[in-house]
Amino acid sequence: MSNPLRIKHTLKPDALFTGLTRWCGIGLILLIFAIMFSLVLLSAPSISAFGFKFLFSTAWDPAHNQFGALVAILGTLVTSLIAILIAVPLSFGIAVIIIEILPPKLGTVVARVVELMAGIPSIIYGMWGLFSLAPFLATHVQPWLIEHCQNIPVLNFLFGGMAIGYGIMTAGIILAMMIIPLISSVMRDVLATTPELLKEAAYGVGATRWEVVKHILVPYTRAGMLGGVILGLGRALGETMAVTFVVGNSHKLFTALFMPGTTISASLANEFTEATGTLYPSALMELGLILFVITFIVLALSRRLLRSSKTSGGVQ
Amino acid sequence: MLTKLSRPRRFKNHLFTVFCYATSVLSIMVLALILWTLVSRGLGHFNLAMFTQATPAAGMDGGLRDAIIGSFIITGIGIAIAIPIGILIATFLAEFGRKSALANQIRFLNDVLLSAPSIIIGLFVYALVVKTTGSFSGLAGSIALAIIAIPMITRTTEDVLYLVSPMLKEAAVALGIPRWRVTVQIVYRAALSGIITAVLLALARVAGETAPLLFTALNNEFANANPLHPMASLPVVIYRFAMSPYSSWQSLAWSGALLITIIILAINLGARLFLRKKEQ
Repeated sequence: MSNPLRIKHTLKPDALFTGLTRWCGIGLILLIFAIMFSLVLLSAPSISAFGFKFLFSTAWDPAHNQFGALVAILGTLVTSLIAILIAVPLSFGIAVIIIEILPPKLGTVVARVVELMAGIPSIIYGMWGLFSLAPFLATHVQPWLIEHCQNIPVLNFLFGGMAIGYGIMTAGIILAMMIIPLISSVMRDVLATTPELLKEAAYGVGATRWEVVKHILVPYTRAGMLGGVILGLGRALGETMAVTFVVGNSHKLFTALFMPGTTISASLANEFTEATGTLYPSALMELGLILFVITFIVLALSRRLLRSSKTSGGVQ
Repeated sequence: MLTKLSRPRRFKNHLFTVFCYATSVLSIMVLALILWTLVSRGLGHFNLAMFTQATPAAGMDGGLRDAIIGSFIITGIGIAIAIPIGILIATFLAEFGRKSALANQIRFLNDVLLSAPSIIIGLFVYALVVKTTGSFSGLAGSIALAIIAIPMITRTTEDVLYLVSPMLKEAAVALGIPRWRVTVQIVYRAALSGIITAVLLALARVAGETAPLLFTALNNEFANANPLHPMASLPVVIYRFAMSPYSSWQSLAWSGALLITIIILAINLGARLFLRKKEQ
């Protein structure tokens, strides 16, 4: 579609202004490449020293210049997975109650309250996790779970470890709380795109609310819902402050979820300014590069899915 | 004649309704719990001394004056950099680029940058500014915050610019006014309230950002208003104090956290009220 307002012979200031806006846009593309390039450049010493082995090594020994990313990568993936598993059903419930169950006025109130949650800075979630949630889990929840699950396979991985409050599981829970507002607001937006006619037709033939949700809303909005979930995943993967407070910051490979671990972003926040020499900071840079590549792929996927369902994608 | 639903259908429907209520109540309760913790722990040092006294040494009493000033400077410069760039990119997307391949590419990368981990932005600015100038600085922090704010301003402003009536633009063009003046004097003015909302939302987002400041603005135990030197900021001081073993520092961190949450929620609220007033 060509611009209906285009004037063939543009005056000079016009060309200047249009050019300026265009170059700002191109600058944004260059910025992404510059981020990629600088991360690769500064992680070069680490890449040449460890090669592909970096991705699969659990070593993290600054004193002997031995570095590997596996513990941080696994920590990042596992905490985000826990967050998604908790956040998706909760967000779905919230989105449905706002769109389908509550009267519109009350639904708006709930939506506003959830948006309020999104406005709280991540560092507050981290502090709350460290000072309130972790002590509560350590005294009231974890001892009981550890005792009752210790001899059952799988469960002794999920609910095993030490009753110290912080660790991989706690980080996952805090991350879940942080991404619920994001996922539920995207789900709400996509659910709202379902044509009223479809819903009314289903109710008209006697479908219950659950059947309308299951057979009409979910199938109609599948791509957008998935986009919202993946967007939440992208946010969880890169979240720093909330995780740094509660993950425990240990580079030892965790063998159960109630054990301390680390994530890529938490390692960076903790160690980057104190890293000396050439190899140590460059190994941290390479961690950053890995995180950038993972989140870029995840976010690109989510945007493709969300664009197809024409929603605002988490921006209110 | 009405027939009753079969038992399993009714049961499933009730179960689902209960599930939806439970998830919402649980989420709202968690939010209330966080806010309650924040207020009850934060009120301890929430007084005049917090605004007027310098950063305390370990175990001593003091305030957050330097961090508050630092945050104002870093965030102020960052937003000032982001506003023109964000608006210009949005202008290109909404007015000139429209559905061209370039505009679509920019839109896509803008969306990706919008959700990119903020700590990566911090690393990038460290490589770009701190490494080349040889010093951590408040300005480096501002640049990091600007990179985070730009995609937000672009995204919201683009949406707002589409709302400006094409008739208004056509009328101006018909009068022979050049395109750039139509954009600056007609389109921007018509969309002003939306653009301000976009800026406020971006401000609310970056005001609480901690991760991108860790390797850029760093921190400063001393009072400093020069953006070319390392600079304390509220989020970074909160982080350092909360992670410290000293209870007086931790208590001050909670008060700072309460302050920053109040500021951010107020900005968010302001943005929404502003938008609503203009919509009427």
